[in-house]
Amino acid sequence: MSSTLVDYRNNGALKSVPTRNGFGEGLIEAGNRDRNLLAICADLAESTRMEGFKKAHPDRYLEIGVAEQMLVALAGGLAATGKIPWIASYAMFNPGRSWEQVRTIMALNETNVKIAGAHAGVSVGPDGATHQAIEDIAIMRVIPHMTVVVPCDAIQTKKATIALSERFGPVYLRFAREKSPIVTTESTPFEIGKAQTFREGNDVAIVACGILVYNALVAADELAHEDGIQATVINNHTVKPMDEAAIVDAARACGAVVTVEEHQVHGGMGSAVAETLAAKAPVPIEFVGVQDRFGQSGDPSELIEYYGMGTPAIKDAVRRAYARKRG
Amino acid sequence: MQTLTPQRRRELELRANDVRQGIIRSLLAAGSGHSAGSLDMADVFTALYGFILRHDPQRPDWPDRDRLLLSCGHIAPVRYSAMANFGYFPLDELLTLRKFGTRLQGHPERVKLPSVETTSGPLGEGLAQGTGMALSAKLDRKDWRVYVVCSDAEHQCGLHMEAMMTAAKFKLDNLMVIVDRNFIQIDGSTEEVMPLEPFAEKYRAFNWEVFSCNGNDIGEFIETVRRAQAVEGKPQVIIANTIPGKGVSFMEGDYTWHGKPPNKEQADVALAELAAAHERLLAHV
Repeated sequence: MSSTLVDYRNNGALKSVPTRNGFGEGLIEAGNRDRNLLAICADLAESTRMEGFKKAHPDRYLEIGVAEQMLVALAGGLAATGKIPWIASYAMFNPGRSWEQVRTIMALNETNVKIAGAHAGVSVGPDGATHQAIEDIAIMRVIPHMTVVVPCDAIQTKKATIALSERFGPVYLRFAREKSPIVTTESTPFEIGKAQTFREGNDVAIVACGILVYNALVAADELAHEDGIQATVINNHTVKPMDEAAIVDAARACGAVVTVEEHQVHGGMGSAVAETLAAKAPVPIEFVGVQDRFGQSGDPSELIEYYGMGTPAIKDAVRRAYARKRG
Repeated sequence: MQTLTPQRRRELELRANDVRQGIIRSLLAAGSGHSAGSLDMADVFTALYGFILRHDPQRPDWPDRDRLLLSCGHIAPVRYSAMANFGYFPLDELLTLRKFGTRLQGHPERVKLPSVETTSGPLGEGLAQGTGMALSAKLDRKDWRVYVVCSDAEHQCGLHMEAMMTAAKFKLDNLMVIVDRNFIQIDGSTEEVMPLEPFAEKYRAFNWEVFSCNGNDIGEFIETVRRAQAVEGKPQVIIANTIPGKGVSFMEGDYTWHGKPPNKEQADVALAELAAAHERLLAHV
């Protein structure tokens, strides 16, 4: 285990905090650092955690109501005149509803707008399929110039929010609603575009992003104990521009890859990994994610298990990848 | 704004004629593009670049310039022709319209030609971005203004309505919309495709100050802008009533010219008509 992680195996030491809290804290800090930073919300200040910024910097907080296309376009205009607008809604509505505005006004127009996509994944839970964004990584990473980041825990989400605020250009930051285990520490490095190896092994490389990085770590430990399989675990937080060198090196070293994300298996982070490896280091790949279905209401952890993203599903995928590698 | 003398007005009318000739030449060279709306907004764009806007063609990135956004990007030929005629780039460059490698994209792109202020073409998005710019000026206590030229049919877009609401909420009196009310869109009359009337009442209901004028009369348009600029605490809209294809007899009032360019023969007739009109105007200067 990397010395920069918390002792995640020790349940007593494990803290769970929603990644959205990290966004809220990071936004205040980024606002402290730059007077041009604005926060704009589409009627979800509390649940996206923009509320803290609203209190800290009331003169730089704007509320525009339930209007996600407006959210993007207004921010585009503000950014074109030197502002750094963060815009927040549920990922399902922004960028879900506003995709063409994101493409034209943020990306083609090369404006410095930052999207905070909250409540991503089936782990939104009881709200059901209408509010569970599991296609957002795909529709964002396909757009030229976009940076797409999916941090693994609340601490990393805070760091990502600050780092993305200081990076010029259109950005999509994706995070979740529910509490999830904190695996990094305040001193764990974070660099946009730089994947992190959280566990080392030579049999299979697990490439994960978002809150499922924790599940990947637990699965890897259990596999070592149960099957003697030693897996590398990579936190591939930057889906675009992806750290291709790190992914290719891991694929070559291990000879088999499993991708893990709370997203459709089509078009997301796993697809980005597969595109890279097909061209540069073809190895067997198994994909953990939602298998071309919609979500539904339920308890978050129950939904993660049901849709095949729990620890048992990750272990099964690793075993399949390992078997394919050995022929 | 300075006073519009009869002499200055005549000069602007001559310049609008030049702008129309540039539109015809560039559309002919391109072989595709939108004729009717481009021609009918020639007077508005000439008045804006020639009289109303605070701008400097030599310094397109001047931070205190007024921002002019063309929301209905498909009538880019009128903006490009006006920009060339007022010194942003050589007139010859108009002949690169829509060609490979050009700065004059079929629909305007800010990254390729920064002085167009934003990228447009997907309809209904200009006012929303202009609202952001006007808000930015207010936040920074700057006195530059934002002008957004929209088509009438764009008012069928939900985002435009969202922007109308937002601009009123923030009391953006530094924001003015100029609507090309020509009653046409690709599939026919706006009132048949999706009725827009009562048009002015929609803006009034959204807390805007509403003006209307003949958009093909430069003097009347400038006077209307002057009155609109005096409004405090509210965004303003000028409904500029225009004749599609204005200035070319066989295009005037015919919606089928919305989305097509003239062929060589038609362009020759159009340019001859415009040249004759130019001579008549000169006789009055």
